[in-house]
Amino acid sequence: MDLKNDQAGHKFLKEYNYDLGDLDRGYTNRTLYINVGTHEIKEKPVTPLMKDKFIGGKGFGLYYLWQAVTEKTKWNDPENEIIISSGPVGGITQYPGSGKSLVVTLSPLTNMPIDSNAGGHFGPFLKFAGFDALELQGKADQDVIIVINGNKGTITIEEAPAGAVDTHILGEQLTEKYAENEEDKRNIAVISTGSAAEHTNIGLLNFTFYDVRRKGIRLKQAGRGGIGTVFRDKRIKAVVIKFAGVKGNQNHPADQLTLNKTGIKLHKEIHDLDNVQNKMRKIGTANIIEVMDKYDLLPTHNYKFGAHKNTFKISSEVFISKVTQNYPDGCWHGCSMACAKAADHFELKTGPYKGQKVTIDGPEYENAAGLGSNCGIFDPDAILELNFYCDTYGIDTISYATLTAFVMECYENGILNKERTGGLELNFGNIEANFELIHQMAKGVGFGKIAGMGIRKMKAYFEKEFGADPKFLFDIGMEQKGLEFSEYLPKESLAQQGGYGLTNKGPQHDEAWLIFMDMVNNQIPTFEDKAEALHYYPMFRTWFGLNGLCKLPWNDIAPANNKFTDEPAKIPEHVQNYVDIFNAVTGKTIDKHELIRQSERVYNFQRIFNIRMGYGKRVHDKLPYRAMGPVTVEEYLSRQERYDQQLAEFLGYDTTGKSAEEKIKVMREYRESQYEKLTDAVYKRRGWTMDGVPMVEKLREIEMDLPELIEVVKKHV
Amino acid sequence: MKFLAKNDALCIGCGECEQVCSKTYFKESDREKSTIQINDKKITVCTQCGECIDVCSVGAISRDKNGIVRINKKLCVGCFMCVGFCPELAMMMHGDLLEPFKCIACGKCAKICPTQAIYISKES
Repeated sequence: MDLKNDQAGHKFLKEYNYDLGDLDRGYTNRTLYINVGTHEIKEKPVTPLMKDKFIGGKGFGLYYLWQAVTEKTKWNDPENEIIISSGPVGGITQYPGSGKSLVVTLSPLTNMPIDSNAGGHFGPFLKFAGFDALELQGKADQDVIIVINGNKGTITIEEAPAGAVDTHILGEQLTEKYAENEEDKRNIAVISTGSAAEHTNIGLLNFTFYDVRRKGIRLKQAGRGGIGTVFRDKRIKAVVIKFAGVKGNQNHPADQLTLNKTGIKLHKEIHDLDNVQNKMRKIGTANIIEVMDKYDLLPTHNYKFGAHKNTFKISSEVFISKVTQNYPDGCWHGCSMACAKAADHFELKTGPYKGQKVTIDGPEYENAAGLGSNCGIFDPDAILELNFYCDTYGIDTISYATLTAFVMECYENGILNKERTGGLELNFGNIEANFELIHQMAKGVGFGKIAGMGIRKMKAYFEKEFGADPKFLFDIGMEQKGLEFSEYLPKESLAQQGGYGLTNKGPQHDEAWLIFMDMVNNQIPTFEDKAEALHYYPMFRTWFGLNGLCKLPWNDIAPANNKFTDEPAKIPEHVQNYVDIFNAVTGKTIDKHELIRQSERVYNFQRIFNIRMGYGKRVHDKLPYRAMGPVTVEEYLSRQERYDQQLAEFLGYDTTGKSAEEKIKVMREYRESQYEKLTDAVYKRRGWTMDGVPMVEKLREIEMDLPELIEVVKKHV
Repeated sequence: MKFLAKNDALCIGCGECEQVCSKTYFKESDREKSTIQINDKKITVCTQCGECIDVCSVGAISRDKNGIVRINKKLCVGCFMCVGFCPELAMMMHGDLLEPFKCIACGKCAKICPTQAIYISKES
């Protein structure tokens, strides 16, 4: 590939110098604001309120976004911001999974705040360069690159050279350009997106890190919610950061020894047990493909089914043979969980880079299930290539996969046809049409441009242009709040329906993933049990996003004695590890209860932010029925025995002589009522009204009764 | 390949090796800063097996021309994965230090050991 840099002609639009400052107990106590429209650059102090109530990471992101926008702001207004922040624990090198960047913006898919996290080295480098967060606001009138040198204390806004937009080229070029030599490349991290982010609402941000063993960049993604679309709308081509000299005490923690000991304890646990537990070092998150299939949970043909006879063709063993690395990789220093996988020297068969041999980061479970079974594709090489193009074109694999599955079902139902798709035969399993679709998105042409709007906007478009039945589209379009579902079939797990539906940002698995607890292990049988889980787990998982941490090392490995503890699903020893490392970095003295409270403050803030933007109420927590039960006769018949038995057992309904349509209707009434009961129980547990609005008493209880929040809440109770 | 070989059966637990090691390495007498550890007459020390080399994601650990596994402190980011992944539990950490430390088979302890429980071996 051509890595020549276009050195000629690019000029500095703004130069800014700053004092490097000191990092103390996880905070630099300063953030960086850059307006790409006006070229204003300034430093802001981190206030005690920010640290006490918002902690860092997505907490800081939401805090700044609240101040930047009004209830009328749209995602493509200049005042919308992209905020990137790590969090106080982020950047420690001893505990696995401590290098996350949290990104917050107003989403083009949901019109309200989205937060998404990414690995890679940017977040920690930003902090080491002197800033707890970076706010990007405004819109440039030409493509720009922002360069932060964290050793020299310089920030520049530069005219972007013409040429590559797609990350696998641009990321390499910029790493090459801003590093002084090969040794220096490890000190560069780049954020960018790709050409499809300009033409769709599902753009993502790629975060690079330099792989010193492979001598090339690797990519991690802030995938969800269209953040890359906002990035390109601001005409930012890339943000480059440079920081040399990472050491184990960069955060100036209060208690280094505890960090070292806690980290080594988990490293040893992973060394001893990963291979007999989840094999994260060997195959990463793709380890569960066949497990999901076995439990009838693998989304197949737009979530109609939970398994497929051809799953063996895309099982984890198949992908293990495709992954060529000899040693496990983490996406930040010290991650011995090392789930980052890569297939090297993969020769592309389609598109503008056909014939190029590339390194593909992945596959991860979501990619294999979404791009694979959910679209009826059981060809591992096709999945890897789609994965590659999603990344380099800068689009979210999950949204791309789920919207493609939706399009395919519409095609098979006659809502779409060859004429309407411009010639694409988008049946389930059509690999060729799928590639054409993604290449169209990158060019912003044809049906790719329509599909790239996302499912919510497509539904309206199909109704208006093609006269499609809006009720059916609502039932089968797997989006909620405007965001496409991630790749788990929640139909047979009420708790996971709540895990997807009763969320702040839409149906992702960042907030709750309760399928196994509910369906497989039957640990939360009652509504109250489920409500407790739908309180605790979203709060616990929110905490990772406040601190720059990854969720995987929490429960993708467990101590040998975990099953003998009082609450095995919580992994109590690891919860204590998190309390210990937080205290070790910050010098505070929180316990596991205060940890949850820290999250509750930000979680309720985000809920109220949604309400302020005109969303965030009970009506917005409603799910498409495909997520809850069988929409079609085909689906009912695929599980007829189970469904008939449930109707008899739960409702005393005699199915003898009844048609599938009749049974679907009865089943639907039952399941929808169950979801409503669950919603009641969860809102009650969270301290919300039955309309989903946080109560003033709750805000007082968690010491989050800030005047601006009370003002919003009072309008809705 | 050169390495510090051991014979646990001969160890009397006098701790002389730990003292000379910490003095050699860190110019102080602190058994916690010794690259060889004696507990209940059991000797823990690096065998130069090199498993830590691949565990290190920043390329800070390598084998020198004498076969000794060495840490490049300049490149090390202090993650201690090598400590958790050492099959011999012989990669050491101390709270005063940002990087791990290990035996480089200098042989000072072998010279001082009264029972020859430890000795420099050049077997492959």
